[in-house]
Amino acid sequence: MTAPTRLSPPVDLDRPRTRTMISPGIGIPTWRSLIIGLTLMAIALLVVAPALMSSFELNRLAKYVCFAIVAVGIGFAWGRGGMLTLGQGVFFGIGGYAMAMHMQLADAEFAGAAAPEFMMLYGSGEVPIWWEPFRSPVFTIVAVIVLPALLALALGYAIFSRKVKGAYFAILSQALVAAFGVLLIGNQATTGGFNGLSNFQSWFGYVLADPANKRMIYFIAAAVLLAMIFVAFLLMRSRFGELLVATRDAEERVRFLGYNPATVKVSAFVVAAVMAGIAGALFVPIVGIISPADIGVTPSIVFLIGVAAGGRASLFGPAIGAIAVAWAETSLSESFPDVWSYFQGLLLVLVIALLPGGVASLAGKIRTRKTAEGAAR
Amino acid sequence: MTVQNSRPSLVVDELRVSFSGFVAVDGVSFDAHPGEVRFLIGPNGAGKTTCIDAITGLSRGEGSARLGDVEVLGKPVHRVTRLGIGRTFQTASVFEELSVMQNLDIACGISRGPLSLLAPRREIPAALEDALVEIGLQDQREQAAGSLSHGQKQWLEIGMLLVQQPKALLLDEPVAGMSHDERTATGELLQRIARERVVVVVEHDMDFIRRFASRVTVLHQGKVLSEGSIEQVQADPRVQDVYLGTAAAVVQDEED
Repeated sequence: MTAPTRLSPPVDLDRPRTRTMISPGIGIPTWRSLIIGLTLMAIALLVVAPALMSSFELNRLAKYVCFAIVAVGIGFAWGRGGMLTLGQGVFFGIGGYAMAMHMQLADAEFAGAAAPEFMMLYGSGEVPIWWEPFRSPVFTIVAVIVLPALLALALGYAIFSRKVKGAYFAILSQALVAAFGVLLIGNQATTGGFNGLSNFQSWFGYVLADPANKRMIYFIAAAVLLAMIFVAFLLMRSRFGELLVATRDAEERVRFLGYNPATVKVSAFVVAAVMAGIAGALFVPIVGIISPADIGVTPSIVFLIGVAAGGRASLFGPAIGAIAVAWAETSLSESFPDVWSYFQGLLLVLVIALLPGGVASLAGKIRTRKTAEGAAR
Repeated sequence: MTVQNSRPSLVVDELRVSFSGFVAVDGVSFDAHPGEVRFLIGPNGAGKTTCIDAITGLSRGEGSARLGDVEVLGKPVHRVTRLGIGRTFQTASVFEELSVMQNLDIACGISRGPLSLLAPRREIPAALEDALVEIGLQDQREQAAGSLSHGQKQWLEIGMLLVQQPKALLLDEPVAGMSHDERTATGELLQRIARERVVVVVEHDMDFIRRFASRVTVLHQGKVLSEGSIEQVQADPRVQDVYLGTAAAVVQDEED
């Protein structure tokens, strides 16, 4: 093969061929913002909150942290990838039920029973075969990550290679979560049905009645949240992260550049599913119950509200938004139980209509306005 | 590999495209070679863009379109791109929220493996720098593509094809909406690019065609009406009937 002749007009050959210092590009979080943000969040979650809060309040915060982990995944798939994931409850539920099954089996074993109590009540009193592997803690931890990933891979591939997108994707994922709930309720003898799985005594050998252990679980959840934000940061900075944004903005163009957009979107969908699965697994020892009500249509939509309010495409917005909205839900729904759900809906509509970038975009907006004013003078 | 194989021609033979009964392209044949700027012209609805759509896998076509020895018809869009055929669209489609550099970087990434996709960009590939110079956007490299002028977006899109080192470029109305100077710059750019690869341009602008076309194929109602140099084509009475008569008259009016 002959060396290709150069097309360009004469170019200075002495100029550097590559640059070591290059700007990260537009819309990509910097290391500086990551370090400042993670440090502030670590101080708030790991130092200030445990020092000021009662163990009851801290356990409630731990639950919000689980929602925040789901939110980081949604932020990546929806904010960066444009996929409106209305069905994250499925993956949250798979992680949660996997963990709950393990805890039920471990408790039964400790009590010397042949099977978890609800199986004695509603079923044959025998542990079904597909429950057996969850006796192993290692299998359970692997399953919490791998099962949501596999399901997301299969679903994502089926959906995105057929070029289903936008509202159709959202409706499909919503229908999926509804079907998952029906499946769980219909199999009371093996899943606990409408009541779900509850009454856990221990988590990997740690007694849940002990406040010190509950505290430890809170610290684990908070550390996992910080780690997931770091993972999201690395993905956003990667070329894959840029490609994802490009796919969101002009999918056909990406196709004509030689990429298969379906692969890009499925990858991001899997990332979000794994984060939801991990969050579900942490939710169970913290809250002490997992039931269809925790993973159904409504919770799946509620997951989105915090993400939208915080700023779906930003690094910290989804997590902080999720915690803030969950906190507001608890405090406001206690005072105004009737109007809270209207307020929630209103918040989502207002954010989408007036501030699509969420609270995180406010700083940028103010900066642009100031520059514009400066230029006008 | 011989020199001929590394600079293949695009040969379209008896291409037929129909949309549920309506035949948009009816047995079109043409060939384009490196070293010429090939123009496809014709009135609205003649099937020019449909030809390009079929070659690049966007529409289903029958017949044959070969790049060198490789048949491209019937392959999905991203595979056709990977074979070395790049295209632009009538409306410039760049990634508006990304910078010029990010746009080009994404475009030259198809050979990257999954692992290198997971890493951030640490250096700018040489091909990217060359393309920036070629399209004259060195000073806009950090600017958001959405803030570029219409002409600059078209150039960026051509640059995004160039970094892929394609063997053939299919451009759909690249100078629509451009100023006279921008048209000249674009025409010169196309002539430089065409020196070693196939360049096919769908265009309406007669003045631009006269200045930069090497060979012209005139389509009308899905069929090839005439083919040759711009002078030959303009002298063809059939072409004057359906197209050039009116277009030339329009150009004449503008010049008066």
